[in-house]
Amino acid sequence: MSESSVDLAFNLARIQFGFTISFHIIFPAITIGLASFLAVLEAKWLLTKQSLYLDLYHFWVKIFSLCFGMGVVSGLVMAYQFGTNWAGFSTFAGSVTGPLLAYEVLTAFFLEAGFLGVMLFGWKRVGPHLHFAATCVVAVGTLISATWILASNSWMHTPQGFEIINGKVIPTDWLAIIFNPSFPYRLVHMVLAAYLATALIVVSTAAWHLLKDKRNPLIKKMLSMGMWMILIVAPLQAVVGDFHGLNTLKYQPAKIAAIEGHWENVPGQATPLILFGWPDMDLEKNHFEVSVPHLGSLILRHSWDAQVPALKEFPKADRPNSTIVFWTFRVMVGFGMLMIFLALFSVWARWKQRLYDDKMFLRFALLMGPTGLVTILAGWFTTEIGRQPWIVYGLMRTADAVTKHTTSEVSMTLAAFVLVYFAVFGVGVIYMIRLLKIGPQPGEILSGDPLSINKGTTEDFIVAPEFHPPHSTPSEDDK
Amino acid sequence: MHIDLPLIWAIIILFGIMMYVMMDGFDLGIGILYPFFNIKEDRDVMMNTIAPVWDGNETWLVLGGAGLLAAFPLAYSVILSAFYLPVISMLLALILRGVAFEFRFKALEHERHFWDKSFIVGSFAATFFQGVILGAYLQGIKVVDNQFAGGQLDWITPFSIFTGLGLLVTYSLLGVTWIIMKTSGELQAKSYYLARILAFLLLAFILAVSVWTPLFNQAIAERWFTMPNMLWLSPIPLLVACIFYKLQKALTEKAHVSPFIYALLLVFLGYLGLGISIWPNIIPPDISLYMASSPPQSQSFALVGAVIIIPLILLYTAWSYYVFRGKVSADDHYH
Ligand code: HDD
Ligand code: HEM
Ligand code: HEM
Repeated sequence: MSESSVDLAFNLARIQFGFTISFHIIFPAITIGLASFLAVLEAKWLLTKQSLYLDLYHFWVKIFSLCFGMGVVSGLVMAYQFGTNWAGFSTFAGSVTGPLLAYEVLTAFFLEAGFLGVMLFGWKRVGPHLHFAATCVVAVGTLISATWILASNSWMHTPQGFEIINGKVIPTDWLAIIFNPSFPYRLVHMVLAAYLATALIVVSTAAWHLLKDKRNPLIKKMLSMGMWMILIVAPLQAVVGDFHGLNTLKYQPAKIAAIEGHWENVPGQATPLILFGWPDMDLEKNHFEVSVPHLGSLILRHSWDAQVPALKEFPKADRPNSTIVFWTFRVMVGFGMLMIFLALFSVWARWKQRLYDDKMFLRFALLMGPTGLVTILAGWFTTEIGRQPWIVYGLMRTADAVTKHTTSEVSMTLAAFVLVYFAVFGVGVIYMIRLLKIGPQPGEILSGDPLSINKGTTEDFIVAPEFHPPHSTPSEDDK
Repeated sequence: MHIDLPLIWAIIILFGIMMYVMMDGFDLGIGILYPFFNIKEDRDVMMNTIAPVWDGNETWLVLGGAGLLAAFPLAYSVILSAFYLPVISMLLALILRGVAFEFRFKALEHERHFWDKSFIVGSFAATFFQGVILGAYLQGIKVVDNQFAGGQLDWITPFSIFTGLGLLVTYSLLGVTWIIMKTSGELQAKSYYLARILAFLLLAFILAVSVWTPLFNQAIAERWFTMPNMLWLSPIPLLVACIFYKLQKALTEKAHVSPFIYALLLVFLGYLGLGISIWPNIIPPDISLYMASSPPQSQSFALVGAVIIIPLILLYTAWSYYVFRGKVSADDHYH
């Protein structure tokens, strides 16, 4: 194989990984958020006995199960992809990432899968308290899952607790491996992100119904609950993000330099914050730069003129792609600011008692619906692309990690993934939006026995008001 | 005290894969059998018998992958690289069928047939590729310098295609006896009939594989056909014969639960036979468990979790099957 075709196969493998993980992360983000939301709803129902909470539960559990199904099958791909595409990485560092993944399966995946059946179909088979316990177990399972996978991922960013013998990683201290320096920040930031993204979906659904004048107490309740969540979490997320950034500055200075589009330090001059620009990797400068002096030092060093490492201090081969991470980072922070703004808007609307009526606010909330997920992806792109050219920071280069498949093989599988993912998960999202448009109804039908899932969902569609697509009548059954 | 960690891990992984084959086996089997049952209500019932448990069943496959990565990273990388195309095909097929559980019930009436097809195609392809991978694996993988060194289409052989078909039969037998256990009425009656045919087919496949593998692999032939091994191992074929007879009898007597148990036992024996053939290699023909092991620090760390947690998993999985015990019948549907 020629040099360039090796390169092509390598880049295709990277695209394949980025593509499949990006799809996967969307579903767990929703299930992490919804599982906790469902646990809260069921607890409130048990405590207050108000049927409203139960109705909301029965509505959101449908969205949850849909996303869960998609999370499981896309996750299965991830668990095998380390071997199919990253054999070098797996032989080198499997001794660390393998046990962490094994713990994730043992302590989280089985737990979720074992109690999910009861949570979805067990209403008539177990008592309410046992059912509540099942919901809680599933919610805790999603959090445990995030913990292990983020320990593994964070170790790849800030590896410690190992030695290298015969070109392989040998773990020496498991506590150091799990609680590596970037892990706490990444875990908290990711879980908050999942809560935020889910709350935005809930709020945006409610806003849509209110704008369509489909009002009922359920819709108002979920708008209110979601907005409280965002009010608490969005500002918190910015603070955590700031700490996360400081941590990255300490351990991966090249990533921060790339994020900031910061090329060189002039002696004695504070680091500016570049608001806008187009970093050019070849010319080593930014086009169209707009910057604020001192602000970079202030944010990253919390000082008036301390300098931040600059890209030119790193060899060319060790620089992450600044053009991409400069922008993905700004997308994340920009949306984060909009979320805080939405939260403040809601405080004002509540105070004016217009939370359920203010058209401006509701339209804004509606539009913000998908931004949580977009922000999560932007954040991950920043994190992962900013780590390049390393797969395990400072230890192994991504180029040495890849399995030597031919270009034709990798392009074939990549094409298959793209096709299947867009078709299957695309339809999944359409089904989800359909359900969201029906919205929660008072007296939501129980999803009781396995058999009545049929009643709980399909027939809901057919009897639900507002939902009679002309081309589909129940009599058109395929025989 | 010396603990043979690689040995223990090999047993755990073999156990995980066995759980996978037996448990996801019957729910994949349901998908393979779908074409034989084309009444909507029958299909609803069939899917509902597995809806609460399929996710847990599939998790054993995730454990297989994760366990292999944790304990035998070399085997994980080499096997998955060698079977790149069939593994990816299997994963894509599992997506097609996995989403059908949710989508089928969320689809509008006129869309449902599409997810039925996706369930069928996905179940067929996932099973077939698993069988192909199994066959190609038994035939051996070419390794140089700890890397896969064979050609990308090495896995396509008459034998691997044959084991692919064999696994389709295996899983459908598990599926059909599961339906016998979980349903009643006409659905069940039809299943008795299908189960008979499938049992004979499975027996034929077991015989053929037993003759075929020793032919292409000297070591396997020696393992089975030299004294004293032959004596020690003779109960296995005898048990297969005996259980096959019991299964046929149970089907004639229209028993409800025992056919499923016998089918599981048959599959277990077949699995055991294959394990005996390749032991102690983890990448046939010549890389052993010990050569492919991760460092003891990794194996022992993960072992603590596995030993404590796997029994718990078995307990609550059993509980969840217990919660959903009993027949699922079409009549319930109209209540
Ligand atoms: C709703 C989602 C969301 C929101 C509103 C924010 N982030 Fe974020 N961010 C993520 C979702 C996210 C993420 C997707 O979850 C990442 C990727 C990896 C991680 O742990 O979190 C991330 C990564 C990430 C990193 C990269 C760290 C690294 O791996 O080196 C930094 C520096 C920040 N964030 C900082 C911020 C700041 C200052 C924000 C201020 C508004 C912010 N984030 C809002
Ligand atoms: C869940 C959200 C995640 C997203 C959206 C994401 C995204 C990406 C992207 C876009 C790349 C490509 C970077 C590049 O090559 O330029 C990448 C690389 C990589 N990431 Fe992540 N990642 C995520 C989480 C993880 C986790 C949890 C792990 C490990 C446990 C991981 C392991 C890797 C590996 C092995 C690579 C190297 C392959 C490559 O460079 O393409 N990622 N990721
Ligand atoms: C930060 C990144 C990630 C997070 C937060 C995350 C979290 C989760 C969660 C909460 C679930 C269960 C909920 C659901 O199925 O929807 C899940 C499923 C899954 N994830 Fe991820 N994941 C991440 C990345 C990965 C990666 C890199 C892998 C590959 C090793 C992976 C493998 C899996 C598997 C195999 C499943 C299905 C498990 C099952 O059978 O239930 N995940 N993930």
